[in-house]
Amino acid sequence: MNTATTAPRTWKKPPLIKSARLRWMLGIGAAIYLALAFGTMEINWGRVAEGIPRGQKFLGAFFPPDFVSRWDQIADGIYESLWMTVTSTVVGIALSIPVGLGAARNLAPRPVYLFCRGVLAVSRSFQEIIIAIFMVKLFGFGPFAGFLTLSIATIGFYGKLLAEDIEDMDPGQAEAVKATGAGWFQWLNYSVQPQVLPRMIGLGMYRLDINFRESAVVGIVGAGGIGATLNTAFDRYEFDSAAAILLVIIAIVMFVEYSSSYVRRMVQ
Amino acid sequence: MAVREHNGVKVWQRRERAKQFSIWAGYLAVTAVFVYCWQLMSEKTVWFFVLDAPKQAADMAARMVPPKWSYMDQLWMAVWDTINIATLGTLMALVLAVPTAYCAARNTTPSVAFVRPIALFIIVSSRSINSLIWALMLVTIIGPGVFAGVIAIGLRSIGFCAKLLYEAIEEIDETQVEAVTATGASNAQVTAYGIVPQVLPAFAGISVFRWDINIRESTVLGLVGAGGIGLQLNASITNLAWTQVSLILLVIIATVVLSEWVSAKVRHAII
Repeated sequence: MNTATTAPRTWKKPPLIKSARLRWMLGIGAAIYLALAFGTMEINWGRVAEGIPRGQKFLGAFFPPDFVSRWDQIADGIYESLWMTVTSTVVGIALSIPVGLGAARNLAPRPVYLFCRGVLAVSRSFQEIIIAIFMVKLFGFGPFAGFLTLSIATIGFYGKLLAEDIEDMDPGQAEAVKATGAGWFQWLNYSVQPQVLPRMIGLGMYRLDINFRESAVVGIVGAGGIGATLNTAFDRYEFDSAAAILLVIIAIVMFVEYSSSYVRRMVQ
Repeated sequence: MAVREHNGVKVWQRRERAKQFSIWAGYLAVTAVFVYCWQLMSEKTVWFFVLDAPKQAADMAARMVPPKWSYMDQLWMAVWDTINIATLGTLMALVLAVPTAYCAARNTTPSVAFVRPIALFIIVSSRSINSLIWALMLVTIIGPGVFAGVIAIGLRSIGFCAKLLYEAIEEIDETQVEAVTATGASNAQVTAYGIVPQVLPAFAGISVFRWDINIRESTVLGLVGAGGIGLQLNASITNLAWTQVSLILLVIIATVVLSEWVSAKVRHAII
């Protein structure tokens, strides 16, 4: 008899989603969605095939990239990106501190809280590029528009994290400082600030990193920085210069990322 | 604790003098760099336009109301495209990010000396180039349209997803892997029963999180011709059709808020 030797039941991996009905519904829903999505997507395979040699040419341009013939423009763009990054990070963080304090539930009265949360939500829901388009319309071409864009984006990012950090702080320390009869600013300076500062310095460095990355793209819509140079290089099919710009961007991003993670480790 | 004698009275101070001075020096350095950068930026700025801006802003705001609601008929398709770019791009990124993360995690990589650096390089280069730049490249290479947008979002997201995923893989509980190995399981079985169940919740969380970011990013890809609602936004701005612009902005806010809500719900359900 064979049946005696086989195990009476087999073990099966427990599924991620417990309810079988929900599992099936999600599966079928995903299948329908994918069918519809691919159905409405128009892919011009002829155009794609035409592009493949061009793509190869572009990849070939990386070996070697041409740093020399457009170096002046590249250097100009990079410097501009760097100024924009520094100024917008400093101004954005400076402005986000009052907003962040106002958006912390345990610090601010209700109307202030709602107002500041509103400011944060609006500045976060638009992509940097959309803000940049409007800033260019209002303030003209050039790095100032990019500076304003990145500052606004920084307020949304930094203010929200600051507010959340303050909400998570240890209330015991705050109470202890208050019990000594400290004024509001003293209270803020000696109980709230030491608790949030290490993490906020790390986040500031992280935001510097993000701002540099973003400063490379706001130029595409005219807000200064290396993006404009890159866009021109692509439009003129100067792939070897474009490759050089991309490599410079990657190098700087990696440098900023490593130094910022170094500073973060030092502070924490 | 820093305590200082002052006229025979002990005064408490938060920091030692040397530390306080070094902090001030730090502030001074940051201020100096900031002022220098500001100076350089200000030379390139036409301040006349900046002073004029409040008037311009008021003018533009006046032209934007009321939003042209009838334009919505033409926007549904753009919204659908935008969501597709984000979703399909995320799917593509996930498919490619899983092997990359597997090769990049120190405890699963086939070879630390050779494969791991390659995987890490893929992650870094994908992360340091913004999706708009990927789109710019792909539009010149494979032509404008939704397809270029999907690939741009996908390429940008590989690095993000793979980085978070490989960190999750490195943090798994090794004892479970050992237990599965001890049953005599093959390599593939160890991965399927020892590693996958441990990183699956993290994986699901990462994908939804990235999807949410991608919705936001795919709203602008149209500016360089890669499909989605950005195309309409660009066209409306070029035509100075401000009532259409305001409607598009409202639609973008609604989409972003909705996707944030969905992603928060799903992540809450998983974790």
